[in-house]
Amino acid sequence: MADRILNLKSIGSRGLKNAVKGNEYRREASISYGILIIGYILLSLGAATGLIGHNLQGQFVPICVYVSLAVSLNLVVGISGELSLGHAGFMAVGAFSGIVMERMLLAHMSFEPAVMILSMLFGACMAAIAGFIIGIPILGLRGDYLAIVTLAFGEIIRNFMNVLYFGLDENGHLKFAFNHTIEGIENSQRIITGAIGATGTKTISTFNWGLLLCIFTVFVVLNMKNSKQGRAIMAIRDNRIAAESIGLDVRKYKLMAFVVSAALAGMAGCLFGLNYSTLVPLKFNFNTSVLILVFVVLGGVGNIWGCIIAATVLTILPEAFRQFADYRMLTYAIVLILVMICTYNPTIKARVTAIWNRINPFKKKGGDKPKKKKTGKEAA
Amino acid sequence: MGTVLTVKNINVYYGAIHAIKGISFDVNRGEIVTLIGANGAGKSTTLHTISGLLRSKTGDIEFLEESISHTAAHKIVSKGISHVPEGRRIFQGMTVEENLQMGAFVTKQDRIAHNLEYVYEQFPRLKERTSQIAGTLSGGEQQMLAMGRALMSDPELLMLDEPSMGLAPILVDQIFEIIENLNKAGTTILLVEQNAQMALSVADRAYVIETGRISLSGTGEELAKSDEVRKAYLGG
Repeated sequence: MADRILNLKSIGSRGLKNAVKGNEYRREASISYGILIIGYILLSLGAATGLIGHNLQGQFVPICVYVSLAVSLNLVVGISGELSLGHAGFMAVGAFSGIVMERMLLAHMSFEPAVMILSMLFGACMAAIAGFIIGIPILGLRGDYLAIVTLAFGEIIRNFMNVLYFGLDENGHLKFAFNHTIEGIENSQRIITGAIGATGTKTISTFNWGLLLCIFTVFVVLNMKNSKQGRAIMAIRDNRIAAESIGLDVRKYKLMAFVVSAALAGMAGCLFGLNYSTLVPLKFNFNTSVLILVFVVLGGVGNIWGCIIAATVLTILPEAFRQFADYRMLTYAIVLILVMICTYNPTIKARVTAIWNRINPFKKKGGDKPKKKKTGKEAA
Repeated sequence: MGTVLTVKNINVYYGAIHAIKGISFDVNRGEIVTLIGANGAGKSTTLHTISGLLRSKTGDIEFLEESISHTAAHKIVSKGISHVPEGRRIFQGMTVEENLQMGAFVTKQDRIAHNLEYVYEQFPRLKERTSQIAGTLSGGEQQMLAMGRALMSDPELLMLDEPSMGLAPILVDQIFEIIENLNKAGTTILLVEQNAQMALSVADRAYVIETGRISLSGTGEELAKSDEVRKAYLGG
């Protein structure tokens, strides 16, 4: 009894956080960080020894970008249980605002790490503002409205970028215009030129920044998932009426998850934008949003380390099998359908689990062993 | 004594449908008040309006002499009204204890341990199952858990929506015994029931709701004896 009460004292507002952060959190965190660091070491070694070719080395930063996009989208799709189809939109907001920030900062200072951090923060802020504006009217509603609105948002942002012009005049002041080139600004001082996109960006993204971004994203999402707020968000996902009846502010918590996710996507977008000297708005189309969603679904909705692996593998594979690039979207569709069937059809799920149990090298000792013997006999 | 809850002439609409047509009633401290009536009469709608999940177009709801008809649902819980929604809405994937912890989301930290002990005292069955996943509990246990969770926020007024729904008669008896115990321990209770007989047997006062209006009111005993109620709800 005494230990029960002691244990209970840790439940309250701040205490709940500690109570929730149990073994499961430690396990999930160590696997996630472990995968990131091992992946980083493997890829760095591969690049240093020449085992990984130049083409694939060029994918290192995008891999990191997609990993953090997938992890941040998982906050909305997995933890908050809402469907967002416009993650590329937030990525675009982060990318282009990050690029503008970088060019402005580079005109005044040359210390690249500071430029990088400030640009990323700016990209995150702009994406968070966009997320807030979209989320406020939508997240109080029931149903799939968020999916519809984020789908539209992604398209709006892409089309908006098609007509937006940014440039620096001779005094280093920022000028912008819609639908026409800004007069009197030299080519080299143009930052964003409508449908041509951002040109002349100094590429300061590196693999190291990518790793830092991934670690930061995983840190934020994991801690949020295992905080008092995270538990409230998941309670709303599981049973909205019950959550309301115990006094949770549904809109506030949903908005919290959505805005944090958008901000992280903005950061990732900024890293992406600063990786290419030219970047067209067309890159951030609906296919990119779906691609990120595929990472999440394939890695496991709500599973952080799963979507790290999915994003990495699905970014490397298309590069390794370039000759089949035309079939890429087709393959994604098929994979998505298969994953859904395997997850939601109980019969097939049981079969898949049985096969997995047989080949799983990390099987727990004890409980599973007799089961295996039994299936072995049946097979014989 | 004193009045805990006063509902004054509320009108609630679902789109064009006028669901509640000017209902007024009050609940005094320490009472069990029950709202009985047929399916679709507006009982649950009334509870939803009190807890802020629905809004009344006109009229006013006062809780402890303060108007709450424009207060957000999540703030009403911390004011001291706890709503146990119909159909045992528990968090299926969490353990029993985690469900109870969620109930303490708006509770002051120094009260939580005390409240949990109180809930386990009232529902010894839950104490045996603290670390069991809530979705695997039986129907009666899930109802107990939903009630226990509502008690974690120190409510002045506990609103129960159909606690007997889908339960075996012996469990219904148990649930009503618990309701009476909670009431004796000092919680004011507003009970919505289709099982009019059980509800009237524990209630101090009762209101009969018919198609969005209160058609009868009186003490539990009076209504249980009244011919109209007997014919309509108690089977002759």
